[in-house]
Amino acid sequence: MGIIKTDKLTFEYIRRDEEGNVEGITRAVDGVDLDVKQGDFIAILGHNGSGKSTLAKHINAILYPTEGTVWVDGMDTQEESHLWDIRQEAGMVFQNPDNQIIGQVVEEDVGFGPENMGVPTKEIWERVEESLKAVGMYEFRKHSPNKLSGGQKQRVSIAGVIAMHPKCIILDEPTAMLDPNGRKEVIRAVRALNDVEGITVVLITHYMEEIIHADQVFVMDKGHIAMEGTPREIFSRVDELKELRLDVPQVTLLAHELRGKGVNLPEGILTIEEFVEALNGCLSF
Amino acid sequence: MIRDITLGQYYQADSVIHRLDPRVKLVATIGFIISLFVVDSWVGYVVAALFLIAMIKLSKVPFRYMVKGMRAIVFILLITVVFNLFLTPGEPLVSVWKLTITKEGLRIAVLMAVRLSFLIVGSSLMTLTTTPNSLTDGMEKLMKPLKYLKVPVHEIAMMMSIALRFIPILLEETDKIMKAQIARGADFESGNLIKKAKAMVPLLVPLFISAFRRANDLAMAMEARCYRGGEHRTKMKPLCYRAADRIAYGVLFLYFAGCVTIGVLL
Repeated sequence: MGIIKTDKLTFEYIRRDEEGNVEGITRAVDGVDLDVKQGDFIAILGHNGSGKSTLAKHINAILYPTEGTVWVDGMDTQEESHLWDIRQEAGMVFQNPDNQIIGQVVEEDVGFGPENMGVPTKEIWERVEESLKAVGMYEFRKHSPNKLSGGQKQRVSIAGVIAMHPKCIILDEPTAMLDPNGRKEVIRAVRALNDVEGITVVLITHYMEEIIHADQVFVMDKGHIAMEGTPREIFSRVDELKELRLDVPQVTLLAHELRGKGVNLPEGILTIEEFVEALNGCLSF
Repeated sequence: MIRDITLGQYYQADSVIHRLDPRVKLVATIGFIISLFVVDSWVGYVVAALFLIAMIKLSKVPFRYMVKGMRAIVFILLITVVFNLFLTPGEPLVSVWKLTITKEGLRIAVLMAVRLSFLIVGSSLMTLTTTPNSLTDGMEKLMKPLKYLKVPVHEIAMMMSIALRFIPILLEETDKIMKAQIARGADFESGNLIKKAKAMVPLLVPLFISAFRRANDLAMAMEARCYRGGEHRTKMKPLCYRAADRIAYGVLFLYFAGCVTIGVLL
């Protein structure tokens, strides 16, 4: 069993009218089976309302399944005695950088998680220093979070999670509110964590470019897992992705269109360099 | 425009007073305020004034910053003085029309004015030399005994520091909403008071909704980071008394004892 495993996970939002009668039930997540290996970089894709955020909140035991089970490092999230262990092992970064920073100084915010866990003062300082260095925000440790850019705030949030020494980190659309530069900064920091520290990463996003480096990609639609595979496998199924209202990177799309017109290009081209090489290969005939 | 407002009137400087433990400063301020009401003679006020001036000198905060705080209470000060001046019965001094200034009235009015201004200057000295953050920390630590009376001390301190953190964010948001509404033809400037108040509705409603959404998000983020109240919590920056703090307590005790003696004897 991997670090994160779900078995037929189902979650229903129940809408009630003013008297408390059930008005309608929405199945946000419907029978999802996941198995994530320790040290993997996983991406979960899907357009708005596909249930990807709801799924993420289950891994951190913020939501509990209506049906099915979620295990984090072998612990069932529904067992109350494991709650704090699970939240420590599976850290979570949310979408809005402003709404998840608690401290008034960067270093205090990073120290918030360890403080809650009851880590001794001296070790808190060591952890704060090491996590701020890991995301490249050490020189900003005395700054007020209000004065930072979106990408920097999000890196502080990530540092706040790393300071708790988690085994895996779930990022729920961490780049949705950032500009392209901030997006790059955050993704670079996340990849470094995965490569250097070996932390399992679950990245939830709707930006295609961000999933290129993932080990495995899950595409969600209407609460189901609609597609599953490596980025290359996923991107070679352009028509299916379009049906799920997802955009593919421009290069991949161009290659796909050319192929449709009879140019002999392979499917699932991810980068411009790859495309150029493949095209050169075709032309040399 | 709104974004430029800085909250809390902390004055950055490196002085003995700035480096004191916030608890000392809180206790000292409360002690100073009490001392103002204990003494009731000119000698007492001279002692209080000397103490205050010495503290201001030590804090390295320019005097005009202290006076700034006074501006807010000028009105209250005037009312107190006028009422005390004319409405205290006693030996008449000057009499104009139906109003009489008495000797006792003059004395009480002046004392009251001095007392109030000392009070304001004394407490603004505390806020000027202590960051809001360490102030909440100090309060939490000082009020800890109240926990046995089931007062949620940690929660109150946490709420205060979160409020401080979100004030600039909400101000920025107010600014944004205001601009958005102005762009759609809202008028916040003209009209009488009632009209202006009514114009605030389209500003306040979205602001409230957004504040609730933020609160919800923040609560979730805090829980995700293992927040479970004040129990089992350690501190990244724990407060501990140093030599200077002990000396400050000593000085404060001497001052207070002096004031009580003056109050009793004179």
